[in-house]
Amino acid sequence: MQLVLEKRAERSRTIALISPLIAIGLTLVTMSVLFAVLGKNPITALGVYFIAPLTDSYSLQEIAVKATPLVMIAIGLSLCYLANAWNIGAEGQFLIGAVAGSWIAVKTQGTEAGHWVLPAMLVAGAVAGALYALIPALCRVKFGASEILTSLMLVYVADLILDYLVRGPWRDPAGFNFPTTAEFDPVATVPVLIEGGRLHLGSIIALVVVACAFVLLDRTIKGFEIRVVGVAPRAARFGGFNSNQLVLLTFAVSGALAGLAGIIEVAGPIGHLQPGISPGYGFTAIIVAFLGRLNPVGILIAGLFLALTFIGGEQAQITMKIPLDVTKVFQGILLFYVLACDSLILYRFKLVFASRQVQSGAG
Amino acid sequence: MVLVEAIILSVLAASTPLLLAATGELVTERAGVLNLGVEGMMIVGAACGFGAAWLSGSIIVGALCGIIAGMLLSLIFAFMTLGLAVNQVATGLALTILGIGLSGLIGARFVGERITTAPHLYIPGLSDIPLVGRILFGEDAFVYLSLALIVAVWWFLYRTRAGLVLRACGDNHVSAHALGYPVLRIRMLAVLFGGGCAGLAGAYLPLAYTPFFIPGMTAGRGWIALALVVFASWRPGRLVIGAYLFGAVTILQLHAQGAGVGIPSQFMSALPYLATVIVLVLLSRARTGGSTAPAALGTVFVPDR
Repeated sequence: MQLVLEKRAERSRTIALISPLIAIGLTLVTMSVLFAVLGKNPITALGVYFIAPLTDSYSLQEIAVKATPLVMIAIGLSLCYLANAWNIGAEGQFLIGAVAGSWIAVKTQGTEAGHWVLPAMLVAGAVAGALYALIPALCRVKFGASEILTSLMLVYVADLILDYLVRGPWRDPAGFNFPTTAEFDPVATVPVLIEGGRLHLGSIIALVVVACAFVLLDRTIKGFEIRVVGVAPRAARFGGFNSNQLVLLTFAVSGALAGLAGIIEVAGPIGHLQPGISPGYGFTAIIVAFLGRLNPVGILIAGLFLALTFIGGEQAQITMKIPLDVTKVFQGILLFYVLACDSLILYRFKLVFASRQVQSGAG
Repeated sequence: MVLVEAIILSVLAASTPLLLAATGELVTERAGVLNLGVEGMMIVGAACGFGAAWLSGSIIVGALCGIIAGMLLSLIFAFMTLGLAVNQVATGLALTILGIGLSGLIGARFVGERITTAPHLYIPGLSDIPLVGRILFGEDAFVYLSLALIVAVWWFLYRTRAGLVLRACGDNHVSAHALGYPVLRIRMLAVLFGGGCAGLAGAYLPLAYTPFFIPGMTAGRGWIALALVVFASWRPGRLVIGAYLFGAVTILQLHAQGAGVGIPSQFMSALPYLATVIVLVLLSRARTGGSTAPAALGTVFVPDR
């Protein structure tokens, strides 16, 4: 008996719509088994993970706060992946954006600087992220070096740069030697939407980004070029599309979005620069991009779902003593199922028995 | 002189996990499969290897468990990319994310424990020769194993019929299939070999390099191993040179940090990663005349019937 793939005549639209749901279903079943192995009641654990955070206003806001960077980064990554450019260093671009924006906040600290500070920080974050992403993109376009490896190596470098700055030149003198900058001034802070709440302006920016990406991909020539280069590079060449230019463009846009997400995270929910500002947003965003089928609206939903797993994971750790690593295992398994189910869009899975195989081999 | 000897010994130790993981990936890629999950397989190999060694008190059991763990993870990868024709880049990333989570879960109860690391060879007389004695005859078994393995891989790829078939699958899977070779089965074996090597490379870290396990202890070595395969132009001989060069960069920056050179330690720590980027750029540039990568690397193969 053997598993055989049979190519469908055309992409299955039905399966394209339901495959993320199948993947989530399969992941939940797998997680139940894992919880049982860990000696926890699967039903209770799944409840804590996926239902409890939806029942109080604090957690709901927190989901939106966590989803904000995930959605922004994933939108950028989806453009790259559609154009067949593999940016997997969004985590590094996120950190560099946070560093560049924080530079303005640190330099204007305690001065009379006005309301231009926050916009300047956001711009600096986006520009720095874009420039940092252009390094691997240029290495690929000019020298043919694998952007997968270079963009990933730069994540470690960004992490060390941030670490150096907050332990060295930017350390808060009144911070008892902790590796952190001083709290940013009010003019350098992303404002919250509801007084006393956690939801901040960044979530609105993320929604705007989703809308822009939708228009770009669905209504413009550039968006069309990006998709053609990814699906049919040869056709794109005949069409006169410059694939190198698109690699640079998609990398720059995704770097800018990751950098913007980084500075928003630091100037918003965190309020100062410190090591460990990201629980792996740049990598989780890869899952968000695929779970959302590289589609802006899909990514918005997927981002909220994965944010839910972060919050649920924290609550499960507090109330049920389930290790935080379970969240990462969950995310990894989810990506596997998403990819496997996506295969169903292009192929039919068939089990073939040995005797039939011989016949078809002879025929 | 003692310092030079100590540095060379530590370079050999730092290079061995890179060489082991890269050897496995080289075979995998020569068969046409790009498995980006090396980092994930290594870190799970480290967690399982340390756990098994701590529970059993045996380094060999630890190493075997590391190998098995790496192979099991690579089996998932093989099923996805070969069985279900899923994109190899995305699946490799998924494997790394899953591996990092799993290793944290498995390794959590062993954090803080210590074991006695793998013993070093000692041949009376030979190991006592000044300078070269300890370097040539005083390593732990993994160092010799990694070198034996790469020689065996060279012999297999270039001197056996099976190696030729494997390379054919990596260069043109359609032709290999037309000649009647089971492309997917050969690729699966290559992926399994790569997984075993990555698991062993990961297990080396807590079994021989440091006597304990910490989460994330592979620190990007799996990714550097992937870059090494590119560096080596997919050739075993150059892989050895590359692995030892990178080991040397790692150790020299550590010594420079220890000696208190006036450069912030973070910049020294960034050196191996920056070196990887620079080497990739220089090599890719030198190779504009034509790629030496296996022609079918990373492409999906679905046999038609």
